[in-house]
Amino acid sequence: MEYEPVIGLEVHVEINSRSKVFCACLNNFHSPPNSNVCPVCLGMPGVLPVLNVAMVDASMAVGLALNCTISRWSKMDRKHYFYPDLAKSYQISQYDLPLCHDGYLDIEVDGASKRVGITRAHMEEDTARNTHTIGGGISGVDFNRCGVPLLEIVTEPDIFSADEAFAYLTALKQILEYLNVSDCNMEEGSLRAEPNISVRPKGSTTLGVKTEVKNVASFSGVRKAIEFEIKRQVKALDSGEAVVQETRGWDADRGITVSQRVKESAHDYRYFPDPDLMPVVVDDAWEERIRQSLPELPQARKRRFREDLDLSEYDAGVVGMTKDLADYFDAAVVAGAPAKQAANWITGEILATLAERKSDITACKMKPEALASMIGLIGDGTISGTIAKELLPDLIESGGDPKAIVEERGLVQISDSAELEELAQAIIRDHPGPAQEFRDGNKKAIGFLVGQAMKATKGKGNPKLINQILTDALSQE
Amino acid sequence: MSAELFRLSAHETTARIRSGDTNAREVTESYLAHIESVEPKVDAYLDVWREPARARAEAIDAAIAAGQNPGPLAGVPVAIKDNLCTREGRTTCASKMLENFESPYDATVVEKLDAAGAVLLGKLNLDEFAMGSTNENSAVKVTRNPWDSDRVPGGSSGGAAACLAANEAAFTLGSDTGGSIRLPASFCGCLGMKPTYGRVSRYGLVAFASSLDQIGPFTKDAEDLALILAAIAGKDPRDATSADLPVPDYSSTMRDGVSGSRIGLPKEYFTDALDGEVGKQVDAALQALKGEGAELVEISLPHTEYAIAVYYIICTAEASSNLARFDGVRYGYRHPDAASVEDLYRLSKSEGFGLEVQRRILLGTYVLSSGYYDAYYLKAQKARGLLRRDFDEAFTRCDVIATPTSPTTAYKFGEKMDDPLQMYLGDIFTTSANLAGIPGLSMPCGLASNGMPVGLQLLGKPFDEAALIRTAYAYEKSGAPTLGPAPLG
Repeated sequence: MEYEPVIGLEVHVEINSRSKVFCACLNNFHSPPNSNVCPVCLGMPGVLPVLNVAMVDASMAVGLALNCTISRWSKMDRKHYFYPDLAKSYQISQYDLPLCHDGYLDIEVDGASKRVGITRAHMEEDTARNTHTIGGGISGVDFNRCGVPLLEIVTEPDIFSADEAFAYLTALKQILEYLNVSDCNMEEGSLRAEPNISVRPKGSTTLGVKTEVKNVASFSGVRKAIEFEIKRQVKALDSGEAVVQETRGWDADRGITVSQRVKESAHDYRYFPDPDLMPVVVDDAWEERIRQSLPELPQARKRRFREDLDLSEYDAGVVGMTKDLADYFDAAVVAGAPAKQAANWITGEILATLAERKSDITACKMKPEALASMIGLIGDGTISGTIAKELLPDLIESGGDPKAIVEERGLVQISDSAELEELAQAIIRDHPGPAQEFRDGNKKAIGFLVGQAMKATKGKGNPKLINQILTDALSQE
Repeated sequence: MSAELFRLSAHETTARIRSGDTNAREVTESYLAHIESVEPKVDAYLDVWREPARARAEAIDAAIAAGQNPGPLAGVPVAIKDNLCTREGRTTCASKMLENFESPYDATVVEKLDAAGAVLLGKLNLDEFAMGSTNENSAVKVTRNPWDSDRVPGGSSGGAAACLAANEAAFTLGSDTGGSIRLPASFCGCLGMKPTYGRVSRYGLVAFASSLDQIGPFTKDAEDLALILAAIAGKDPRDATSADLPVPDYSSTMRDGVSGSRIGLPKEYFTDALDGEVGKQVDAALQALKGEGAELVEISLPHTEYAIAVYYIICTAEASSNLARFDGVRYGYRHPDAASVEDLYRLSKSEGFGLEVQRRILLGTYVLSSGYYDAYYLKAQKARGLLRRDFDEAFTRCDVIATPTSPTTAYKFGEKMDDPLQMYLGDIFTTSANLAGIPGLSMPCGLASNGMPVGLQLLGKPFDEAALIRTAYAYEKSGAPTLGPAPLG
């Protein structure tokens, strides 16, 4: 039988607010264990949570970016279970009335656009982190993470392949980064993706039995885990076995999922509204304030780069990849750089140089205005592109004003015709072979001669002018 | 003279300290000596902080000598229920679970008492985790009623009521979830107030039922209620449920009198279930208030019969959640023989909690369980809304509601312990105020023929504690007979 997979994704995002969601402790992954703790996040007797408004702001921003409806009235609930990483033995979360609901995210897969429904995005608190000594014996709990604000974003079962899941996660992460609400670091756990996977006979409209996969540490891991699960489930069904509804862990080393089912009994979380917290009431003005604060989002920006600035699909994609890069590009254009040239420099030399240094645009010392200035110097013939390329590593490393550097180092292009004509005669004399080829009709031979002239001027010659002078000289003979 | 200092009210005490008539150290010594003499018969304290209290009193005296104002409660000795967190000493909730627990922080009310210049004498007994009506559920000891040592002081703030009635502090603080201040105040013949939900910060009160709990004072008179409520009330940024409303000057509104005030008498509270002796004293108090110019009007609170059922569903549900954190992992009792995490939870809770606490955790777990939530918890919340509406409706026709605090006077030890349902029914007149979130107080209104105090309960509109204090003050000034000191006081 032919099957089709149906996939939904749950993504947990740690919001990068300065303090935790219900107390004033620092929200910092890199602090020593149990240093960002207080009676509230340790669940001491008598303490009370107070909701961090920054969490509501950030969650609303994500909700709006995902085209969600923002609830005018939502509430915080308690979700109960016993585990040493859960200080109060309940997690404060949102059960039946999430802050954000009924949104969507448009993604692109193989050039085609596809809409993934967002069921909900709700606010909750992260748990502490348990660590165990190798071989057992001692378990420790680090409560730094307990009470870190967490946004859970849940999709509809609208995803039908591992590639679509990958595209969704990539687009979602891009939005979260644009909003600057999370570090989105999967290795550090600030972004965690858990796919729900089921398969059904192709054409069927009912859903098959699903499994949930946890412990996936990268987007490509998610893709592999989904591919594995689809194959595993299809194989089970084909051989007459049933798929069991369960949680499975991704074993990245072996490339397989493993059942994590401990007991048959389902959890009864005994949700009820947290009486310690007031309902979250959002009025029009609050929602509007957040809407106004939203940056231009990745898709809109890419569209503007293509339609208004006439960039190619590829360039618009690369330049718009991160908000920092797109901001850099926009700033260069505002400073007067022609968009296409700015995009060429960024997607080419600049990103390549940064990549060599395992760095990104935020570490680039060359200001966008300096890039515009450099492009201007090429445009007005002050320097050649070759010189610009030579200058670039220094500019990226140390910054500075390109014009001043060009003058200081004497890199101004030689555009003096008399000087270049003299040089052209010498080049023709020294390289009679290529000169003859050109005369015989091989126009490409001029490239070699121009190259020699550029070498002789240490790149300072105006290549266009040299080309012209050499062509004239050879044609007039 | 200093031998009698422990008999003074809080406002008299601080006035005499300020006037130089006495000093905080002298007052504190008077109380410590009196505690020494009566505590063996009352057993209200779980811990007396003798040296910290002396040091604190000296600091207050030094501040006064230096011309500073140490606050409205300067030098007044206070003791507090042991479910309020203090850095000093232990915070045990009278439970084996927390017998060695030291809080890393002070409750907001403790900070406020400090800021007001009060001298903390120590921590008081209670029913374990504030669950009970007699103090017999304390895992530590039994507190006796200062009016009759064969009788219970009431609960759960039994230690706080008995301590005050025995003059072992100038005032005390307790907590009231379903009557835990008003019932023992009634049984022990003192004033006790449960403020409006949100009036006093709950930060640092070990939670029993978060939507019902309020901290409040036990005092010797109405003027002290005014003084102390003003000192502990107000918005606290650490408690999201505390109300951001101004705190009135109760000491001045207190003297406005009750002339023209309408006192509502709910017909559902004055029934055959009421002990005749109690009814007689309550009626006399109402006549005294009428003599002061108040108008008595009959009102109806039609959903009263559901209050106990609703209360025991909501309070146990919240308790099962609030007490889940006592798992033996980070603090509190930890069973030494646990072989697994599940064992650790099961054994620590089974041995750390007493039977009544376990009963309520199990009840609460049940009513929140999948499949039962709608039938119990959700339905109870809806009924709670109806109870609240009853009061809204009633308060369109009266300013204050008056009822007996309890159908009976204090029970004898053991009288109700075999039948939890009978015990729960003792809360019949008090739980509604918690469910509706409105303020209530109990004030003594005479002795029954068995020699035990009877309490009059006054209920007010939300955040209108001023009307309750004004009414209580008017009653005190009406010339109605006062109780005099308790035999063990």
